[in-house]
Amino acid sequence: MNLDRRSFRRANQLAVLASAALLLGLAGCQGPFPQSTFSATTELGEDLSGLFWMIFWWGVAVFAVVQVGLIYVMIRFRARPDQPDPAPIHGHTALEIAWTLAPAMIIVFIAVPTIQVIWKEAGTDTANALQVQVIGHQWWWEYRYPEYGIVTANDLHLPQGRPVELQLTSADVIHSFWLPRLAGKRDMILGRTNRLVFTPDSVGEFWGQCAEYCGTSHANMRFRAFVHTAADFDSWVAEQTSAPAAAETLNDLERRGLAAYREVRTPASNSCIACHAIQGISAGVLGPDLNHMGSRSTVAGGTLENTADNLAAWLRDPAAVKPGSLMPNTGLTESEIAGLVAYLHSLR
Amino acid sequence: MEATAATPDSLESSSRLWSWITTTDHKRIGILYGATAFVFLLIGGLEAMLIRWQLMKPDNDFVSAETFNELFTMHGTTMIFLALMPLSAAFFNFIIPLQIGARDVAFPRLNAFSYWVFLLGGLFLNASFLFGAAPDAGWFGYANLTSIQYSPGVNIDFWAMGLQILGIASLAAAFNFIATIINMRAPGMKLMRMPVFTWMAFITQFIIVTAFPVITVALVFLMFDRMFGANFYNPNAGGDLLLWQHLFWLFGHPEVYILILPTMGMVSEILPTFSRKPLFGYPVIVYSGILIGTIGWGVWSHHMFASGMGAAADTYFGAASMLIAIPTGVKIFNWIATMWGGKIRFTTPMLFSIAFIMLFTIGGISGVMHASPPTDLQQTDTYFVVAHLHYVLFGGAFMGIFGAIYYWWPKVFGRLLNERLGKLHFWLAFIGLNVTFFPMHLIGMLGMPRRVYTYSAELGVGGMNLAATIGALTLGFSTLVLVYNIWHTAAKGEKAGKNPWGAATLEWAMSSPPPVYNFSVIPEVTSRLPLWTVGGMNEIPDVPPEPIHVPGGSYWPVLAALGLVGFFTGALMHSLWVALAAAAVLVVSVFKWAFEPFEM
Repeated sequence: MNLDRRSFRRANQLAVLASAALLLGLAGCQGPFPQSTFSATTELGEDLSGLFWMIFWWGVAVFAVVQVGLIYVMIRFRARPDQPDPAPIHGHTALEIAWTLAPAMIIVFIAVPTIQVIWKEAGTDTANALQVQVIGHQWWWEYRYPEYGIVTANDLHLPQGRPVELQLTSADVIHSFWLPRLAGKRDMILGRTNRLVFTPDSVGEFWGQCAEYCGTSHANMRFRAFVHTAADFDSWVAEQTSAPAAAETLNDLERRGLAAYREVRTPASNSCIACHAIQGISAGVLGPDLNHMGSRSTVAGGTLENTADNLAAWLRDPAAVKPGSLMPNTGLTESEIAGLVAYLHSLR
Repeated sequence: MEATAATPDSLESSSRLWSWITTTDHKRIGILYGATAFVFLLIGGLEAMLIRWQLMKPDNDFVSAETFNELFTMHGTTMIFLALMPLSAAFFNFIIPLQIGARDVAFPRLNAFSYWVFLLGGLFLNASFLFGAAPDAGWFGYANLTSIQYSPGVNIDFWAMGLQILGIASLAAAFNFIATIINMRAPGMKLMRMPVFTWMAFITQFIIVTAFPVITVALVFLMFDRMFGANFYNPNAGGDLLLWQHLFWLFGHPEVYILILPTMGMVSEILPTFSRKPLFGYPVIVYSGILIGTIGWGVWSHHMFASGMGAAADTYFGAASMLIAIPTGVKIFNWIATMWGGKIRFTTPMLFSIAFIMLFTIGGISGVMHASPPTDLQQTDTYFVVAHLHYVLFGGAFMGIFGAIYYWWPKVFGRLLNERLGKLHFWLAFIGLNVTFFPMHLIGMLGMPRRVYTYSAELGVGGMNLAATIGALTLGFSTLVLVYNIWHTAAKGEKAGKNPWGAATLEWAMSSPPPVYNFSVIPEVTSRLPLWTVGGMNEIPDVPPEPIHVPGGSYWPVLAALGLVGFFTGALMHSLWVALAAAAVLVVSVFKWAFEPFEM
């Protein structure tokens, strides 16, 4: 059974390579394609792309039969001068039966493996799985790890080799979690919890994006997944569960940022603390948790690298970076922005 | 009006505006449908050009996110409801009564009402641009993005009410055509002698009368949520977001067949004519059309595989969706067999029809790919689906309709469209659409979602997007060639005569354009191909042997349509008085219409 599957997977991988080479040749090779569905790194991803390629080759066969047939007919039977009218043939029962059965057979060949994969994924064991609650917001991602008490945003961190069960839901409109190289996609729907179970096999950085149109900045709802070795994952957990540095240890610039962060502004919804949480300072839940903002790879819903300049641009005018952003332009001064950038980056 | 030998020509005898506004002649209404839908096609096409210009390169800022979202919402809504469906309706109107040997449709004034409701509904929807509030939640308008909380503007009201208005137009027309096809066939025109275009139109009308009530219910729920604080789509108060998706796709998937079946019928007329052979397997083509229409009702949830319906539902909807490939494949093989052994003339309509088979096959194959739920988990909501649906609806439906425009144009206007310009149009469209839509398969598989106004250069799909934009511009230009062709041949086109293509069906037995009364004597047919069969029908004299009564025009349908759309405008404005006044106009108009004397 195991051997069978392995040889199936190998044959599959060969077909994938051949086909991908063909298609990427057409694409002009602009790699590395961080969101490509052609380079799955999990068993789930390989099952999905295995089915795709199987159907793809049936499709190529059908395509070839129809197009070659058409082109042959167009050349062979084009009107010639003085040609008499053709005989009025109205049909042929045996032929009708034949070309009803042929597609029916192909459908069976496609449907059976399809149904096998559906039930295989539905029956995936989640006993030992790392549970991560993934909550979609307009337009960012919240991740909660109940096992470790971690709450974070936009960067999804996963250990290699351990099954993961993502529990997907939404805080507002419908979103769809799509992580092509690891897991395909599942919708995130208010009032429901969907599950996506897979085991990350390879260490690395993987890109994902919201796939369900969710309003103005749908295009800017992106995220990254980082798969770590077990040891690296443990140290990430340790970092994320550590308390933020005490105020006394901050330098002047960072302290200015902390003050700007705590300030109650008018209107009150312009205050950082109204929406964001930092342990010991604020408990906001409307925006991303900022406890370890400095360790994140991106800002603004995964659209910008988390550099000082980008973070400053985001704080200066959120809607310019992410149209429709629910974070208002809070009217920060340049001095406050510089302080906030230093302070937020110190939270690691 | 008494039409006699002295006034044989409906289309040129009175060209005054008023006679067009009050017309109940199915041929004039067909022309009105066609012209209006063509203008909406140009608008929807312009929206597509703007979309493609924005996506030409990564991180482009040609239009804002808000504008882009309005553009793709209106592009989809316009192409489906204001271009494709009414273009089909134009042919239903003009061709079906001629093909079945009738004087007009069963309810000529209802027919006029359908057109005016469609026109006003289209204007209503597009008026949203004037208020800077075009719909922006996608043509599929998923709840709860459409709720008052997440879409507080009137954008969604324009959309939800516009679709209800258009649904009324479609429903009225569908009942009309069902009654027409059942009751008004000429002697000898048995069901299984009907031309396949009429057959596919017949099936389409049944899908319309069963599918549109479903979306109407969904839209009424939405309006109750938005206007009266109901909670059909509010999970926080016991509502359910998947309710909308089930209702929408219960309409939305049959809608696909509403768009494609008429075109399959058109192609089934054109291929035999230019192969000079009867349609191969006529009964099989008819039955597979019925089968497609029937199975099409049981597959809606394949649009929702990512929504987490569970393995049992995924299994059923996946397998049922794949089944549709069988009757579709059967049709394709029968079309090729029709050409086999024929005497094929590569006229413009024939080229478009052959391209229809080629391109629709590609769309069908990619359709089977995402009929497999696991595969769909990667493909749904990506550009792969954009490629798929455009191969079906542009490569399929629109190419077929372009073919039908060139095919029936001489019947409608008495002059042939220019063949050289037609072939230029064809080749530009054929190349343009492949350059536009083929790379989108790959763009999607490489990770670009749909409905994004911008994308990162790092996805590596910038080059292919540029290619798609160049293709789209080619496609847009090709449509302008058709516009020029129409303008050019209006004065200089070759006169058509009765049957310029040597076709076999009844509509080619009369002069072009047809006289107001259609047939000078009621035809009697003894064959499925009356003009290709010796003794297939009786002689139709050029001059009516006796005067023919033709019903006159009426302005009550227009007024009723104005009242109906005014009612929705009142609802949009939250003005009870406007709504009540408009409702009064509607009621009075329908009353007067009902008691209007038959003779005028």
